[in-house]
Amino acid sequence: MLDLSKNYFELFGIPVGFDVDVEELAKRYRDLQRVVHPDRFVNATDRERRLSMQGATLINEAYRALKDPLHRARYLLVLQGVDMDAGKGTTTDADFLMQQMELREELAEAKHDIDPFAAVNGLMTRIDRQIQRLTGQLAEQFAAAKPDQLAGARDNVHKMQFMQKLRSEAEAVEAELDETT
Amino acid sequence: MALLQLTEPGQSSAPHQHRLAAGIDLGTTNSLVATVRSGRAETLPDEQGNHLLPSVVRYLKDVVVVGNAAKQAATRDPLNTIASVKRLMGRGLGDVKALGSRLPYDFQQQDSSVPRMRTAAGDVSSIEVSAEILKVLKARAEATLGGDLAGVVITVPAYFDEAQRQATKDAARLAGLKTLRLLNEPTAAAVAYGLDQGSEGVIAVYDLGGGTFDISILRLHRGVFEVLATGGDTALGGDDFDAEIARWIMQQAGIEDDASHVTMRRLMHDACAAKEALTESDRAQLDIQLEDGTHWQGELTRATADALIGPLIRKTLKTCRRTLRDAGMGVEAVQDVVLVGGSTRVPRVRELIEEFFAKLPLVDIDPDKVVAIGAAVQADVLVGNKPNDEMLLLDVNPLSLGIETMGGLVEKLIPRNTTIPVARAQEFTTFKDGQTAMAIHALQGERELVSDCRSLARFELHGIPPMVAGAARIRVTFEVDADGLLNVTAVEESSGVQAGITVKPSYGLTDREIETMLRDSIDHAQGDIAVRRLREQQVEAQRVIEALEAALAADGERLLSAQERAPIDSSLAQLKKVNQGEDPGLIHKAVEALEESCEFYVERRMNDSVREAMAGHKVDEFS
Repeated sequence: MLDLSKNYFELFGIPVGFDVDVEELAKRYRDLQRVVHPDRFVNATDRERRLSMQGATLINEAYRALKDPLHRARYLLVLQGVDMDAGKGTTTDADFLMQQMELREELAEAKHDIDPFAAVNGLMTRIDRQIQRLTGQLAEQFAAAKPDQLAGARDNVHKMQFMQKLRSEAEAVEAELDETT
Repeated sequence: MALLQLTEPGQSSAPHQHRLAAGIDLGTTNSLVATVRSGRAETLPDEQGNHLLPSVVRYLKDVVVVGNAAKQAATRDPLNTIASVKRLMGRGLGDVKALGSRLPYDFQQQDSSVPRMRTAAGDVSSIEVSAEILKVLKARAEATLGGDLAGVVITVPAYFDEAQRQATKDAARLAGLKTLRLLNEPTAAAVAYGLDQGSEGVIAVYDLGGGTFDISILRLHRGVFEVLATGGDTALGGDDFDAEIARWIMQQAGIEDDASHVTMRRLMHDACAAKEALTESDRAQLDIQLEDGTHWQGELTRATADALIGPLIRKTLKTCRRTLRDAGMGVEAVQDVVLVGGSTRVPRVRELIEEFFAKLPLVDIDPDKVVAIGAAVQADVLVGNKPNDEMLLLDVNPLSLGIETMGGLVEKLIPRNTTIPVARAQEFTTFKDGQTAMAIHALQGERELVSDCRSLARFELHGIPPMVAGAARIRVTFEVDADGLLNVTAVEESSGVQAGITVKPSYGLTDREIETMLRDSIDHAQGDIAVRRLREQQVEAQRVIEALEAALAADGERLLSAQERAPIDSSLAQLKKVNQGEDPGLIHKAVEALEESCEFYVERRMNDSVREAMAGHKVDEFS
């Protein structure tokens, strides 16, 4: 059951796929931790504590990988044997790259806007919408499960990584604005 | 010994002993101990009926005074009376100096990375001072409950770093306490409220104590408390409010910056009293004794005080904003706001919190006691008194963990707000032929430069098999356990050799230093060390025996064949026999043998309970 050779989907007893019922996943996560977590083994033997530690760590890792769409997509590709690191996570989609540059410029300018908070917030909303769109595309690509779709999925994962990074940077700018007001 | 209490028939197939456990809130200003009795968690008072024990320790030549009596002496004997020692836990001399006149103690320059204060009873570290407070609470609990404590849960600010946590654990060890868990204060408070209100959903815990501030966002769902994000400031609390007021008084009264220790202590005391008076009234009268013996009289209004402390409160709200962002939610998603810590009594604090969260905060449970109560509840569960309890606390690490890389940069390995326990591995290699050792510098913090982060420790790996430079593949695993403490292991992959690790904490005691302290402490002067070691081993053996017997009673017949069971039974009998004897070495060996013999059994048990947990869900087939 806590077999390290199992993949994360098997650990939670859910089918391998991009379409995951997040509520159900959370329930299973909680139920698993209820029986494996170190808190249950405070007075147990050393070996049980060791097993518990490994088990709880694995379950946490698995949950993290499956809970968020980007991590899940990445994991699914890795499971299918797709090399995620080759090409260092770039995309050749020129339009996308152009859009990224524009968004970055916008972020830099947002700081000097009359209402910087609103500007950054607006930008984050647009980024979130893009992320949602990419998530939708990924769902379709994984559902189709054809090799050419996988290449597309890989590209989308890289794009999503760009977007998430941009979002983090926007959050950092927001935090910075917070500090100075 | 522990009280024996049989369970209700039908609840569990084996009767179990009710073990004595307690929760301890080791606070900056006050400390408390609480326990679960007759199904209720309550704080324990001293003989005078006081539940709060002021965290003040006074060192006289032959005796240590803790609590109210020490607090009374604080202003007239400032160098020997240590208050707010929590601010010094896990801090180095550099940090202490930065805190400046706020801490009017006589610090000594020394080799050890732990600063010591000179007192009438010798040089003491913050760990020893904290241990004195813990000893008093231990004695109080054991006297009230009529037996030895099997273990305690001690709370720490959620934002405490590794060094601060380790120092707390070390203090407990010095006080002769077994720490079941270091529990984050906001999580403890959430437990107390969660059980009280039976609520579900998202809770924000705003914890402002004497010296520390924590904000935690948790989700509570059917007994599982999941921390989503936590933030804080381990050097911001009510004491800082007092300092602002004291500074204002100094300006008004014309007191110079270089005033004596006695004057400074008295000023802080007066500032604190004024702050507290303003909770009930609009103005507080001040009567300040000056260095030349004369008195300055004045008045502090609520409006002035609010202006003085306002910036500090806003600082906490900024942290709240960041933590909500980390949790991925807006302020509207928070269903309940819980206030913890004496400083949340300040009206201006409540006003601004209510404004920020746009709702009335919950203050039903005494903000001074709520943390100890939550800790007591968890202690009761962890020590094994509630085998059927579904309560589970899933906490996070508050600060990112990283390692130093080339050029004074920090590479983040484990980001902040990661659910613990968590492990991450990193591969390293050697850069010289035949290199057998390596050092890794671990740090905590969010910044990129080593100089901007908090140094945790240097892990020195040795015993790497000598190879050509670059050939070794050393997999270093960084593991943060449920207490939030870091453990490092390393294996050279091609040979499978486990590297030995020596830990050099940056702001803490090494294992050897603690052993020495334990040996030298007053308690240990009485009684034979050999007797102590035997007793410790016997208690340990008894614990393993009980744990195993409970397990066998629960599922031994179902999970083990007679053939499989025989060697376990025999090791168990052997341990019981040897435990009656006087040889701690033999007992230890027998414990090891027993653990080895039932290793496959405990693995089977865990897999079985996982299977059972998943049985409630549809497990899909895979093709």
